Amino acid sequence: MKKWIFSAAIVMMAALTSVAHAAEKLKIGFLATLEGTYTVLGEDGFRGMQIALKEWKNMAAGREIEVIIAPTDASPDSAVRAVRKVVEQDKVDIVIGPLSGSEGIAVKNYAKTQPQVTFVNGISGAQETTFVEPADNFYRFNMDGAQWMAGLGSYVFNEKGYKTVATIGEDYSFIYTQVYGFALEYCQAGGQITERFWVPLGTKDFASIIAALPEDVDAIYLGLGGGDAVNFLNQYLQAGGEANLIGGTIMVDQTVLSSKGKAKEVLAGTPAAGPQADTWDDPNWQKFVKAYQDAFPPEKRFPSPALMAVGYYNAANAVFSALETVKGDLSDGHKKFREALKATVLDAPNGKISLDANRQAIGTNFVTEVAKDDKGNLVNKLVKVVPNVNQTMGIDPAIFKKIGVPGREVPKCQKAYN
Amino acid sequence: MSRFIERHPAWTFVFFVLAILLLLLVFAVWPPGLVAVMGKKKIFLNALLNGITLGALYFLVASGFTLIFGLMRNVNLAHGSLYLLGGYVGYAAVELTGVWFLGFVAAFIIVAIIGVVLQVVVFRRMEGEDLRQTLVTIGISIVLADLMLWYWGGDFYQILTPDWLSGPVVTPIISVLKRSTGDPIYIKYPTVRLVILAASIVIGVGMWLLLNKTRIGMLIRAGVDDRDMLAANGVNVQLIFVVVFAFGAGLAGVAGVVGGTFQSLAPGEDIRYLLASLVVVIVGGMGSIPGAALGAVIIGLAEQFGSVYMPTYSVVGTFLIMVLVLAFRPQGLLSMR
Repeated sequence: MKKWIFSAAIVMMAALTSVAHAAEKLKIGFLATLEGTYTVLGEDGFRGMQIALKEWKNMAAGREIEVIIAPTDASPDSAVRAVRKVVEQDKVDIVIGPLSGSEGIAVKNYAKTQPQVTFVNGISGAQETTFVEPADNFYRFNMDGAQWMAGLGSYVFNEKGYKTVATIGEDYSFIYTQVYGFALEYCQAGGQITERFWVPLGTKDFASIIAALPEDVDAIYLGLGGGDAVNFLNQYLQAGGEANLIGGTIMVDQTVLSSKGKAKEVLAGTPAAGPQADTWDDPNWQKFVKAYQDAFPPEKRFPSPALMAVGYYNAANAVFSALETVKGDLSDGHKKFREALKATVLDAPNGKISLDANRQAIGTNFVTEVAKDDKGNLVNKLVKVVPNVNQTMGIDPAIFKKIGVPGREVPKCQKAYN
Repeated sequence: MSRFIERHPAWTFVFFVLAILLLLLVFAVWPPGLVAVMGKKKIFLNALLNGITLGALYFLVASGFTLIFGLMRNVNLAHGSLYLLGGYVGYAAVELTGVWFLGFVAAFIIVAIIGVVLQVVVFRRMEGEDLRQTLVTIGISIVLADLMLWYWGGDFYQILTPDWLSGPVVTPIISVLKRSTGDPIYIKYPTVRLVILAASIVIGVGMWLLLNKTRIGMLIRAGVDDRDMLAANGVNVQLIFVVVFAFGAGLAGVAGVVGGTFQSLAPGEDIRYLLASLVVVIVGGMGSIPGAALGAVIIGLAEQFGSVYMPTYSVVGTFLIMVLVLAFRPQGLLSMR
C-alpha cells in the first residue's frame, strides 16, 4: 500500500512538472563584476540589463525571463566559478556576460565545453576572446578594446600635436588590447611610444610609478579603470603632476568621472575614445539616456549611462529579439536561435552593430574629450564619430594576424605594418 | 643598544656601513654610473619615501590588529571591515563639517564604539574558543561589507584634503644638477604623505609610551604575558579587554581615513587591508607593536620598490618575504615568543 502511494505520488509529480514545462521560464545567467575593484562597473552593467528587461516587460517570445545573477570580481577564475554555477547548477539556457577582459577569455574557453548553452558577451573587451580560436556559441555585440581606440591615435597626433607618448596600464588582456589599438593608429600616424609601464590590476599606490613617469614626453596614455584609475588621479594630483593626458576607454567613462572627490578634475580636457560619447545628439542615444535617467533615482545611477550599461543593454536586446524571431524555440539545440543571433543587426543607442564571421561586433566608435556640462558634471564631449570599425581596424586580416596577440610589447611602434 | 654593540660588533659594523650608504644614496648627487645601473635618483628616492609612508598606513591598521591579538589571542578577521567603515565615517564627517581633522575624530570614536559592542556582545561569549571566534569574525566581516555596500554603494570615495595639504612640497634633497647651469633641482614630494608619516610616528611613539610608561600599559603588558595571573591579582581583565579592543578598532578607523585620503575607499578594500595587516603581523611577529612597525615598513618598501624596479612581480615580492620569514623565523622578526 505504502509503495503504491509512493509511486502514485511520483507519477503525479512527473505529470505536474511536464505541465509546468509548457510555460517554463526562460533562464538567463547574468555575469558581472559585482565584487572588488570593478564593482561600480558591474552595477552599471546590471542597470543596462534591467532597462532591457523593463522594455521587454520581462517576456521574450511569450516566455517569462528569469535572470540568475552570478557575481565575479574581474579575475578569470571568479568568472569561471560564476559561469559554472549558472550553467551546471541553475541549468540556464543563455549566459549574458562577463564584464572584464580576462574573464571574457576564460568564459569563451568554458563555452567550448558547453555546446548546449549560448553565451553572449556582456562588455568584456579583450581581442583574443573572439579573434584567437573563437567558440562557436560565444557572441559579442560590443567592439573589443582595440576597436574602442579607433580614431584616437591620429587625433592626438594630428590635432593635439603629441609626438611622443608614454603609456601606463593595468597588466591584463583588456588593457593590452587597448594599448594595441591606440599604438597601431598612433604609430602609423607617425607618433613614438617611448615607454610602456604595466602595473598589476588592483594597484592602490601609484606614487612611485608616478615619480618614474618620464618628463620628456608630450603626453601620457592612461590605461586604467575603476578604483585604480581614481587612485592614480588622486596621487597624481598630490604629486603635482601636470603632463598632458590621453585616456583609455574606461579611464574617462562615467565610472571614474562621477567618483566622489576632486581627483577626477585632473581629467578635464583629456582626449579619449570609446563606443559612446555622452553628448552625442543622435535621437536613439538621447532616448536611451532618458530611459536610463528615468529608470533609476539620481543617487542610484550615474548622471549619464556608462559603457557597461550600454553594453549589457545591447547584449540583452540582441538575445531577446533573436528569441522573438525564432518564437522562443530552443529545442533544436539553439540552432535556429544562433542563426538569428548571427543575423542580428542592432539599431543600438551607440550606433548600428552587426557581427562578423567570428561573431564579433562591427560598430561605431567615438573620439571624445572630457568637459564640464551645464550642471557641473564631467562628461565625454563628442569630437568625432568613426563608423564601421571592424576587429582588424581596416588592416588586411593576414597582416593583422602577423602583428600578434596584444601583449606588453605587442605591437611594436612602427610607421607601417606589413 | 649598547649591549647589542658589545655582543655583535661585526653586525653593528655592517649596519653602520649600510646606514652610511643609505644616507649617501639619499643626499649625494648620483654619479652617471649609478644612474645607469639604478635609474634616476628621483625614482629611487620616491620609492623609498613612498614605501615608508605606505608602511606608516599599514602600521596604523596592523598595530590595532596585533594589539588585540597579543592581549586577547583573538584573531579579529573583521579588522579590515573596521578600516573601511572608519574611512566611510570619516568621509561623511569631512563632507558634513568641511574639516579634515574631524574625520579622524569621528572615525576613531564611532569605530571604537563598534569595537566595544563587538567585544562585549560577541567575543566575551566565546573567550578562548579560537575556531569559533575566527568563523564568527569572518561572518561579521561579510555582513559589514554588504551593509556598507548597501549604504554607500560601490562608488569610489576620496576624502578631500584641505588646500594646504594638496599638491607637492619641495624637499631639501637634491635630485640632479641641471645640465646647462649646474643649478640643483630639488625633489618634490606630496605634502599629505609627509603629514601622514609624521602622524603615524607620533601615534607609534605614543603607543610605545602608553604601553611602557603608564599604569594601564603595565596592565596590558601583564595581560599579554599571563592573563589568568593578572585576573587573580584582582584586576578587572574584562575592562582592559574592552579598552584595548576599542583602541585597536579606533586605530583601524583612523587608518581608514588616512587610506581614504591618499588612496580611495571602495568595496573590497576591507579584504585588502585585512590581508595586508595579516602579512605585516606575520612578518613582524604576532602581538608585538615594534614588530608591526618593522613589518609594515618592510612590506611597504617591498611593494613600492617592487612596483618601480620589477612591476610585474611586485605582488610576489611581498609574499616572498612572508614565506622567507615563515621558513626561517616562524614566530616573526621581533616576536618575544
